Amino acid sequence: MMVFTCVPGPGRLQKKCLGKTYSDKNATARAGLCRAAVALLGLLLLLASQSLWAASQRLVLTGSSTVAPLALEMAKRYEQQHPGVRIDVQTGGSSRGILDARRGLADIGMVSRALQATEGDLTAYTIAMDGIGIIVHRSNSVAALTDQQIVAIYRGQIRNWREVGGADRPITVVNKAEGRSTLELFLQYFGLKNSQIRAQVIIGDNQQGIKTVAGNPGAIGYVSIGSAEYEEQRGTALRLLPMAGHSASVANVARGEFPLARQLNLVVVGQSSPLAQQFIAFAQSESVRDLISAQFFVAP
Amino acid sequence: MAKRGLEDASTAAGTIAERLFTLLVWGAAALVVAMLLWVLGDVLVMGLSHLSWEFIVAAPEDAGRRGGIGPILVSTLLILLVALAAAVPLGLAVAVWLAEFTRRGGRFANSIRLTLDVLAGVPSIVYGLFGNAFFSLYLGLGFSLLAGGLTLACMILPVFIRTCEAGLSMVNNDWRRGALALGMSRTSAIWHILLPAAAPAIVAGLILGIGRATAETAALIFTSGYVDRMPGSLLDSGRALAVHIYDLSMNVSGGDGAAYASALILIGLIVVLNTLAQWLAERWLSRRILNS
Amino acid sequence: MTLSAHNSSSHLNGGAARTDRNLARLLALLAGGCALLLVLILGFLLLEAWPLLGSGGWRAFIRDSGWYPLEGQFGIAPMVWASLAVTLGAIVLALPLGLASAVFVRFYAPPKLAAGYRLLLNLLAGIPSVVFGLWGLTQLVPLIASWQPPGASLLAAILVLALMILPTVALTSAAALAALPADLLAGAAALGISRKGQILRVAIPAARAGIVSGALLAAVRALGETMAVLMVAGNVVQNPSSLFAPVRALTANIALEMAYATDLHRAGLFASGLLLTLLVLLLAWLAARVVQRAPRGSVYE
Repeated sequence: MMVFTCVPGPGRLQKKCLGKTYSDKNATARAGLCRAAVALLGLLLLLASQSLWAASQRLVLTGSSTVAPLALEMAKRYEQQHPGVRIDVQTGGSSRGILDARRGLADIGMVSRALQATEGDLTAYTIAMDGIGIIVHRSNSVAALTDQQIVAIYRGQIRNWREVGGADRPITVVNKAEGRSTLELFLQYFGLKNSQIRAQVIIGDNQQGIKTVAGNPGAIGYVSIGSAEYEEQRGTALRLLPMAGHSASVANVARGEFPLARQLNLVVVGQSSPLAQQFIAFAQSESVRDLISAQFFVAP
Repeated sequence: MAKRGLEDASTAAGTIAERLFTLLVWGAAALVVAMLLWVLGDVLVMGLSHLSWEFIVAAPEDAGRRGGIGPILVSTLLILLVALAAAVPLGLAVAVWLAEFTRRGGRFANSIRLTLDVLAGVPSIVYGLFGNAFFSLYLGLGFSLLAGGLTLACMILPVFIRTCEAGLSMVNNDWRRGALALGMSRTSAIWHILLPAAAPAIVAGLILGIGRATAETAALIFTSGYVDRMPGSLLDSGRALAVHIYDLSMNVSGGDGAAYASALILIGLIVVLNTLAQWLAERWLSRRILNS
Repeated sequence: MTLSAHNSSSHLNGGAARTDRNLARLLALLAGGCALLLVLILGFLLLEAWPLLGSGGWRAFIRDSGWYPLEGQFGIAPMVWASLAVTLGAIVLALPLGLASAVFVRFYAPPKLAAGYRLLLNLLAGIPSVVFGLWGLTQLVPLIASWQPPGASLLAAILVLALMILPTVALTSAAALAALPADLLAGAAALGISRKGQILRVAIPAARAGIVSGALLAAVRALGETMAVLMVAGNVVQNPSSLFAPVRALTANIALEMAYATDLHRAGLFASGLLLTLLVLLLAWLAARVVQRAPRGSVYE
């Protein structure tokens, strides 16, 4: 707005532009811009070139979003102990971890399940264990569900909590999105196909499931036990249900008693680099036990 | 007498409708303010308790639950810097061409305009996929601030160009005729008269771009990545603030406090950057036209 | 409108003319380069989606009733409808509110209040979509769930999106209204037309082109919004049958599964991206037509 009012019309413009100073100003402005551009370009180049001699050794990890926060913490500790090493952790999914490891995009893949028969070209190193627990809203009066009831609820045959001894309230079935290893494990355990499930909400990561269940008194979902236990203790409005008679707790996963448990793995293809081997050994060693429990997992 | 009565009735009806309309307009404005306060209030209440100077400068610990967001802020700003450094000069150039060097209704220019409008609508997630394949893999930049910034540059470019072009074509034609009559070359007319005159639109475009780039999540997960340490160079991977918020709220148990505090910082950052852009552009561009 | 109208630059000296010509060439080249970006993106999407499209998979988009890529079912159609429903709903809500906001700023609010309100709108525009999603997930969805479970629904997505695109509608409409010549409204006032009449029958029709193109811009934004929709819409792949039913938008589909997808599943997601881009193309074409039909200043005729 300013500029319009400052120069009311061509008349005044003419007076100013006809002066000799005009072309000088023109040149100065252009030179100024050139200098700014050169300075900026120089700054970019400087920043880019630094990496050429910094960080002599680099390790890239990609894959499971469940493993990523844990691997990131392990990587930070490893970097502290080994100056000059940089470990980049990128999140995605287990299948991405396997794909990237195979294509050589990543040195190590992160996979939140055991390897399958078709994945014989990979070697897995288990760094932690995790359980998957059924969660409901805290106000839900149902104390336990049998496996059959869970299957019936997820297949849409039971649609109200009244039918399993709860309050008269419609059930909101929370399911995971296609491709998640949590979903694969859940389907495998209950002998279901994903197309048989009649879900009302489909979620991506753990925490979205926890927030969805905590915000809906009729919801039922399944998430990583460690996270759910932690949230329960913090007073989040949810409750873990026991499964097949075993209460869903990190302690039970550690004892190997919980039926729906999974491995958290680092995977490599063929002969891996010495650095990758060292990092995997570090990730399986005693010195990262506190990091594993801090992320609510169980040491293998 | 009868006629006068009729007139009275119509004005009375007019006033009632008039009042109702006024009420509606004020009501709508109040509703918008209320919704904004609800959203902002939620973020403020949840985030303020977690906020401190320490939080702004420290490095994240324990997957972001403790510690701060220092390195993430640096990454965010570097990504933004790369995006603006690439998009602003290029965007201004194309906008000038569209507004000043093409005929109205010209085929080539119109098809470029349509292309830009489509590009402006291409969802950020698609830019993310493209950036991952083109910058990260094809050009070999990997997961890096450079790849993320360039992806964002592609993303904000179309809207920036169209806003600047609109601003340029709003400039009164007398100015162009005046410059021509004075024997100024088109190049200097553009530089000294038209661009400064279009400054408000350029600022608007800049603000739109900064807002979109700073707040972007989807496009950055696949390009600049997830690493939350202090970047050593533009070729390092670095986590943007919006990606951090998404990860904390969707993937990290007990990350909500830090997520809301980060959201508060992000909103504050956008406000500060916008104000700065406005101030800089007004100063720089208006001073140039005054001096010349 | 442009300098090209006065192409007789013979009175300029040769050097300046040459600079101008070179500049024009350079700029045209850059513009072409920008446009090439779309070709690159489209080509890349097509290439990645080809494993599915080439094998006749596009028929599956319509035929298959569900989206279970790992079981070979690729029913994309419900997500197209969901994306369109979410966008339409958001526009239906945001257009009147945004227009009213613009009218408020331009005609009703005292200058200081108008400036403050404009600032608020800019602030609203600056809130990242992740934050809207977070707010929707923790505040709005539970509220709807307590009334009509499951809460995560078409309605939740529409409400959050309407709020997100409101500033776009309001600010573009306000700009269109502000660009109207002052004597237009003064003339209407002199004719004794009431304020409401001035606004509804003179100002808004005159600013129609700007308002409509702003609304279309907002629609495109709603169509492409990812994170917030993913967090509140429920993400179940089904035709949008009721406001309270969960739906999955095309964008959410990509964001939700991309990191986890391989092979044909991945191709299916790129096909989602391609469809989305085609929808945007359609909207942009519509917008171009609207702007052409209602040239600036049509009110003078």
